[in-house]
Amino acid sequence: MTDQTPVTPAEAGLEVAAHVTTPARTIELEVVGVRHGAFGAEDGGDTSGFGGLVAPIVMPGPTLPPYGDWFDDAAEEIALALADHGLPMTTAVEKVVVYRGEITFVVRREHLLTFVTALRDEPALRFEMCMGVSGVHFPDDRGRELHAVYPFLSITHNRRVRVEVTCPDNDRHIPSIVSVYPANDWHERETYDFFGIIFDGHPSLTRIEMPDDWLGHPQRKDYPLGGIPVEYKGAEVPPPDERRAYS
Amino acid sequence: MSAEDVIYEAGHDDADAYADSYDTSDGRVFTLSGGDWDTVTPPSEGEKERIVVNMGPQHPSTHGVLRLILELEGETVTETRCGIGYLHTGIEKNMEYRTWTQGVTFVTRMDYLSPFFNETAYCLAVEKLLGVTEEIPDRASTIRVMMMELNRISSHLVALATGGMELGALTAMIFGFRERELLLDIFEMVTGLRMNSAYVRPGGVAQDVTDDQINRIRETLPLLKKRLKDTSDLLVDNAIWMGRTVGIGYLDLASCMALGITGPILRSTGLPHDLRKSQPYCGYENYEFEVQTTDTCDVYGRFLIRIGEMHESIKIVEQALDRLRPGPVMIEDKKIGWPARLSIGSDGQGNSPEHIKEIMTESMEALIHHFKLVTEGFRVPAGQVYAAIESPRGELGAHVVSTGGTRPYRVHFRDPSFNNLQSTAAMCDGSMVSDVIAAVASIDPVMGGVDR
Repeated sequence: MTDQTPVTPAEAGLEVAAHVTTPARTIELEVVGVRHGAFGAEDGGDTSGFGGLVAPIVMPGPTLPPYGDWFDDAAEEIALALADHGLPMTTAVEKVVVYRGEITFVVRREHLLTFVTALRDEPALRFEMCMGVSGVHFPDDRGRELHAVYPFLSITHNRRVRVEVTCPDNDRHIPSIVSVYPANDWHERETYDFFGIIFDGHPSLTRIEMPDDWLGHPQRKDYPLGGIPVEYKGAEVPPPDERRAYS
Repeated sequence: MSAEDVIYEAGHDDADAYADSYDTSDGRVFTLSGGDWDTVTPPSEGEKERIVVNMGPQHPSTHGVLRLILELEGETVTETRCGIGYLHTGIEKNMEYRTWTQGVTFVTRMDYLSPFFNETAYCLAVEKLLGVTEEIPDRASTIRVMMMELNRISSHLVALATGGMELGALTAMIFGFRERELLLDIFEMVTGLRMNSAYVRPGGVAQDVTDDQINRIRETLPLLKKRLKDTSDLLVDNAIWMGRTVGIGYLDLASCMALGITGPILRSTGLPHDLRKSQPYCGYENYEFEVQTTDTCDVYGRFLIRIGEMHESIKIVEQALDRLRPGPVMIEDKKIGWPARLSIGSDGQGNSPEHIKEIMTESMEALIHHFKLVTEGFRVPAGQVYAAIESPRGELGAHVVSTGGTRPYRVHFRDPSFNNLQSTAAMCDGSMVSDVIAAVASIDPVMGGVDR
């Protein structure tokens, strides 16, 4: 596999697979990357044929209403609250994903602050707590490489929602929500530290876990794990990120 | 000219403020001549002197490698900042290079005082992604609850012990660590390890508990109850203890909400928020216990809550022991469940002889299956979930992302210590230096969890 040029989702001829037509409308699948092979045999000697497998990595796609459970009520309340701010739901929210009993609102970054303000202030929503922010890096998801994921908890209504915001790698800016949820102060610093996402409006966006003069953002996928080979009974065990991996 | 030459030249030209030097036949010799106080510019007229004190990261009363940067005016703290990151070990990054099951070995080391909570939060998230939450055997869930509650007691005991030590109540420390030893003995008996057990696995637990072990746990509980009473008798009405803790580290409900504070600190404001009650997992809805609250918002209230929670935990453990029914402790799905059982032989703990016999002499397929599952691991469907549990310090959340592979794509832990430490400034600004110690002790941060 090493002698091949990298294949992007589009080049792999996966456009066809990347769309599923339902009677209602065409849903675009969330293709975030391509997986090669199956058993990690990339160094020749693979006679199984599985080494030639090319498969798209598909994340759960958008869910169409009705979402079920209390999700519909919440979505409706959010739409009403956003309307009070003069913002249509479809403008603020890119899509809604319901997966494994959890609802995710993928919000466009320019509308994040309005959205979370509605989550906090609307009596029918009242998400008092933001449980931080976690980053995810999808290097092959062109134009939306960096994801910021915010879990919210409403103690009043005993509900959880998740808000996801994406930004391209060459413009790593997402508005800070510290002004609305002060709890996110350290969490945003951590995500900046590990992913390089710049949270605009954060009172002091500095590194928090790594030393101040550290170069690079360690949790990104293009940042190597590092490590040294270990000798054991004469044989050499390579560091974890260089060992054969089952893809 | 190389960089060394530049330094050398510079040293020659003007006298160093920090060191004298003279040439010898072996080269230049520097003599440290003391501080540089004479070169520090004094504050100008009218400007007040600021004293900034670094407390930690190596300091017996900062609860691990926490660095507190305090700005003082006399004995009063005017500004508090926390410096963290001294125990960052890259656990989340490392997990992306191991199988889903191996991840347990990493998360157990994060918040090292509550390993079973880390493991359970992670496993609940993985099981949710797999869609097998309903298929986890009852016995496994009950054992998880039992171990978590025993762990909650041991964690609160350390909070009490170190908190007591930091405030000068050394007997509390001796008592706390002594009682914790009883629990660590139970952990060792059940899992093989006192700490970092990697006992809870995706699909169930690594090892069943035997009837002998159950009896030993039952025998330990009364002793634990008696000893817990000794500890609380020592402190609850103790005038000195109250003098150091009552009204200290004040944080009200609104501040807790704004700062995302959970756990004993939130419950000390009178809000009975406990995920075991509000969003039960592992069958917590079947146990009877009270959520402990006080309405004092201070260090003393949090101390009382921890004492109360330990007694409630004993109640839960007793119920869990009664609920244990014979049955499997690992999910039935052979594609997920770990193939082997452990047993203790003459050369220590290892795979059981029956299993070795089966894969080595009886079933080639079983051998292949064992090999594939242990080396390659299982695949988890693509997607992301967030699983939260009530750890001794508050909401412990695991955000787990999979792309359908045999390894986690991203695991992030929302550790309660990390979040709760943010309240240090709100609790300490304007107080005495000695109260900072009490306030931090009541937050009970564990730096392994903060930094991960």
